[in-house]
Amino acid sequence: MPPLLEVKELHTEFRTGAGLVRAVDGVSYTVEHGETVAVVGESGSGKSVGALSILRLIADPPGRITAGEILFDGRDLLRLSETEMRKVRGRDIGMVFQEPMTSLNPVLTIGRQITETLEEHQGADRGTAERRALELLEMVGIADPRRRLRQYPHQLSGGMRQRVMIAIALACNPKLIIADEPTTALDVTIQAQILELMKSLTRKLGVAQIIITHNLGVVARYASRVNVMYAGRIVEAGPAEVIYHRPRHPYTMALLRSVPRLDRPRQARLDPVEGQPPDLTRLDGGCAFRPRCRFAIERCGEMRPPLEATSDPGHLAACFRSAELVAEEVAA
Amino acid sequence: MTVSTADRPLLEVKGLAMHFPISEGIVLSRKVGEVKAVDGIDFAIGRGETLGLVGESGCGKTTTGRCILRLERPTAGQILFDGQDVSRLSSSELVGLRRRMQVIFQDPYSSLNPRMKVGDIVAEPIKVHGVEHNPARRRTRVDDLLAMCGLDPKFADRYPHEMSGGQRQRVGIARALALEPEFIVCDEAVSALDVSIQAQVVNLLEDLREKLGLTYLFIAHDLSVVRHLCQRVAVMYLGRIVEMAASDELFDHPLHPYTQALLSAVPIPDPRVEAGRTFRPPRGEVPSPINPPTGCVFHPRCPMAVEACKRTRPGLRELRPGHWVACDEVH
Repeated sequence: MPPLLEVKELHTEFRTGAGLVRAVDGVSYTVEHGETVAVVGESGSGKSVGALSILRLIADPPGRITAGEILFDGRDLLRLSETEMRKVRGRDIGMVFQEPMTSLNPVLTIGRQITETLEEHQGADRGTAERRALELLEMVGIADPRRRLRQYPHQLSGGMRQRVMIAIALACNPKLIIADEPTTALDVTIQAQILELMKSLTRKLGVAQIIITHNLGVVARYASRVNVMYAGRIVEAGPAEVIYHRPRHPYTMALLRSVPRLDRPRQARLDPVEGQPPDLTRLDGGCAFRPRCRFAIERCGEMRPPLEATSDPGHLAACFRSAELVAEEVAA
Repeated sequence: MTVSTADRPLLEVKGLAMHFPISEGIVLSRKVGEVKAVDGIDFAIGRGETLGLVGESGCGKTTTGRCILRLERPTAGQILFDGQDVSRLSSSELVGLRRRMQVIFQDPYSSLNPRMKVGDIVAEPIKVHGVEHNPARRRTRVDDLLAMCGLDPKFADRYPHEMSGGQRQRVGIARALALEPEFIVCDEAVSALDVSIQAQVVNLLEDLREKLGLTYLFIAHDLSVVRHLCQRVAVMYLGRIVEMAASDELFDHPLHPYTQALLSAVPIPDPRVEAGRTFRPPRGEVPSPINPPTGCVFHPRCPMAVEACKRTRPGLRELRPGHWVACDEVH
């Protein structure tokens, strides 16, 4: 079976006052049916723009998808008309964003926001849509769903609003859900509830997920495969187990070393990634991580290291020295 | 007198409560209720110590910090800073106090004036408090402060928007240090920073603590950072402290059911560890502080709750040396 989603050499650019920003600069990856892939990176790494590009939600101007293919279920989404694309969004691909308060319509009831999706995409009549909306709210664990259907977003807590977003995302039985920092705005116990909910529902319904996050703990708990992004490119990709225990890119290694861990006693000092994040308007032809890298050599300034297979199956790293960086077992 | 000064904690908080009134009506405004943001808490911080204050949104940790800084006037209780009750000082007495205690905020984007150059931002407190009138000497002092915070003095001529988030937070720290305070409230000081930058700023805060003998109240929701940076930690829930202990003790042997739930909710950045963890998120959500539950405020979500928990409010008890827990069901 071909993968559910295949992103090939995707390029998305933004024209800004400071210059051209290649926010996504040649990104390729796949998502299989039913699997959870995490995209990890810091601000400006291109992780969110990459996801919005799949949905073609990049505002033009200033942004533009300039090259690449996004094969979803056999069709190239970049070649669809806007009308066809609207049918894909919300029906075949569900979306969950960071801030449920801004992605829900404040003047529509919760019930109407769910039934609207069902009527639009499935041609359901009002009665059927309302019954399904009730079912969905129950499924995402909202207590007293009948009352909640008649309420407005501001009457719900942050955790409940995110449950509603998940209900809307799942309303039309999508094949893929894209979740962009779905729990970043939530408290840690609510974050855990929401992530457990997404995990159990996507498993039960066989929905694939792309989770975009900066939280390395969330990735370790929920993703089977991980793409690590830096300055618009995937610098390392592979099974979560390999990425966390046998990373081969100096950025991934440094990132994992820099986070304090709750399961370990206090250590003397943290080991930070030195330097500042890159200025995307001033990238040269070399490796973007080079100025902060303790392994950088002359060659790193001459050209960008391609994403290449390592000795671990399914594991890719974009570093000229990845073969030498074996010994470092980051986590115990 | 001198002996007792050295012995007593730098900061003592006794029975602190902060209730915000809720009013209705615009013309004939009347009080219809109150939000019990902080509802009777006690703790102390020794000189050179860092106390972590953790909990979820609405638990009262930020309000506690604001009361200590006298940005709020508490409803009840005492805040003794070096023996002086902060909550009863007159505004002229406050000026002297503010030189001794400072604050670092979460968001370096909104806490720095975008129209001022970095050098002026850092120099402002020195000028306002009349510490150094000579502009040249003030400039030298600013350069020293920037350097101490890991910034090249050339940044003094830049504006905040020309800097990265981590650099901006360093400016916020340099400004907080300008008056040579003894005590700093760090309110989510590293929370908005990217992972790779966060560790740099945590290390800076540690270095400064050592070099300048600073005392911190470190308010944060990121428990792993708190474990790393704080010697002692207090966990807050709905305006009350539910558990307080030395850092490693609290994280290795949490006793309060809320602390246990909180810790199990934090994912560890290691798939092997995560695969081996059994994890059940606490049910429900934090109740409203307007009508907090009777008795123990955690009882509606608590897996261990019994009838008595609905009636009696548990006080903090010292169950192990230095380890305080507000739960009558743990022994």
